[in-house]
Amino acid sequence: MAAPPLPSFATDQSPPRFRSRRGGVGSVGDRLYGGWITASALVIPALLLLVAIVIAGSSWPALQTLGTRLLTDTVWDVPHARFGLLPALLGTLASSLLALTLATPLAFGAAIFVSELAPPRLRRPVALLIDGLAAIPSVVYGLWGLVVLVPWLRRDVIPFVRETLALGDVPLFAGPAYGPSLLAAALVLAIMILPFITAVAREVLQAVPRSQREAALALGATRWEMIRDAVLPNARTGLVGAMILGLGRALGETMAVTMVIGNAHVLPTSLFQPAYTIASLLANQFAEASGPLHVSALMAAAGVLLAVTIVVNGFARWLVRRTEQQR
Amino acid sequence: MDRQLPVGERATLLARRRRSAIMTSLVWCASAVCLLPLVLITAHLLIGGARVLGPRFFTALPAPPGVAGGGVANGIAGTLLLLVIAAAIGLPIGLGAGLYLAERTRTRLAEAVRFLADVLSGLPSIVIGIFVWELIVRPSGQFSALAGGVALGVLMIPLITRATEAMVQLVPNALREAALALGYSRARTSLTIVLRTALPGIVTASLLAIARVAGETAPLLFTAFGTPYWSLRLDAPVAALPLQIFNYATSPYDDWRAQAWGGALVLIVLVFALSWLARRVTDRRRERLSSVVAGGAGE
Repeated sequence: MAAPPLPSFATDQSPPRFRSRRGGVGSVGDRLYGGWITASALVIPALLLLVAIVIAGSSWPALQTLGTRLLTDTVWDVPHARFGLLPALLGTLASSLLALTLATPLAFGAAIFVSELAPPRLRRPVALLIDGLAAIPSVVYGLWGLVVLVPWLRRDVIPFVRETLALGDVPLFAGPAYGPSLLAAALVLAIMILPFITAVAREVLQAVPRSQREAALALGATRWEMIRDAVLPNARTGLVGAMILGLGRALGETMAVTMVIGNAHVLPTSLFQPAYTIASLLANQFAEASGPLHVSALMAAAGVLLAVTIVVNGFARWLVRRTEQQR
Repeated sequence: MDRQLPVGERATLLARRRRSAIMTSLVWCASAVCLLPLVLITAHLLIGGARVLGPRFFTALPAPPGVAGGGVANGIAGTLLLLVIAAAIGLPIGLGAGLYLAERTRTRLAEAVRFLADVLSGLPSIVIGIFVWELIVRPSGQFSALAGGVALGVLMIPLITRATEAMVQLVPNALREAALALGYSRARTSLTIVLRTALPGIVTASLLAIARVAGETAPLLFTAFGTPYWSLRLDAPVAALPLQIFNYATSPYDDWRAQAWGGALVLIVLVFALSWLARRVTDRRRERLSSVVAGGAGE
């Protein structure tokens, strides 16, 4: 049945546009008010510009002295003025991508559950509980990871993989088993981005028109076939957007990662080895930075992080907005 | 739909139903796994927090390792001070920008600001901390509560902006038109009619934004910095609950680590209390807004 689409509130609700007559009654208040809201709106672009200028300006000395070695050098040795960001950059990407791989299937599962399969009584509570994960501060995740997750990895998981499964010689699982590791960071990050991916995925799924579902069911599709053939294809772009938004979150996450990743300047080759991320590098060293070049190199690191997150988030927003406009 | 629904002998109805049942149960399992961390973290928080929590925890200053007792009184006070400064910065700007977006929906500046507000809210909070360090701490030569509050305020701006926009757009246009038809000026319409109707929703959004930044640690590392002493001065380092949790958790002392759980429990309760309060206000807003709509606008 071709039910007429609901009237779009976006068009009905846009406020009447008119200009107050200059010099008319109440024009002083109008102008003050207009000035306040316009100035406030301008603060946002100004702030971003200022952030970019400040970070770029302060990282200039390091860029001048070190040039591309900043990004290609693998050694971070403060006394010898060697500031190679490559291990931290790769560590950031590795931990975030690993977290995304772990979180995506679970988050999509939960989103499908809430929007398609759950008994109506369970929908709201489950959605609320998963949203609750987003309200837990990063430092609390870090505490939990440090006190509960890391010892568990050291005592149970790492020996199990190495000895019981006899995978100790595989490079992916090599290295000393302290507990604080790339894997610990990825696990904590996965839990932290779960609610964000779920929330966006849920909205994207709910934006798929009802008629699509009904059509699939009317053709004799089972529940799962309806989801696979009618719902998911319509939501594909938005779901990718949800994943990338989660990735953006993970890339900039600082405290929890700093507390469990072990903070070692090595290329991230093994899951069980300590690693570093740009955000945790900043958290650990910025307050005690020695000398202007060190500060400047850290500023450059912040700049790299800034650039990566802006690109990733911008791409994700564009994808999500595109699906929502398709409606 | 480019894929055809399976027909023929190999995909019997029974097999298809079985497949559907398997996938459905997988989805159930995924949701259960999603809820597992929440249960685990809550349980550990309650167990760990209960051990150290007591009246002294809320009234005492931090104790050196090895000394019994000790609390987070200065951290709680410091966090509240930082939130007040943050709100003083984030609220007027966020509110104004949100009103701008809601009222001049389609101007080019509005489109740009909407996008840039999203970009700003996606920036890593530690980068904001470094930005404020360079802007305030470095020139003034010292860590300060003011710098910490500014960092949190910057984080709040995009949150309040987008929420205000959403809330103001819920206000029925008929209300606006009625006020304008009665000869209200534009500013008066916005402030006394639109903003007033949307106010509970905006209060909710603001409380949620405050709750969001209350737990932020990374932007405070190089701005508020933290102190074991009692200080509420704007131009000196100030203690904050998240910073104390971080310092305690990463310390090698067992009694400090135990204190970290207590601090975390207090912080979580603070965050959830703010969120709960926020939701209470929204429920009242719904009633009020729906009565306004039913009484006047007739959508």
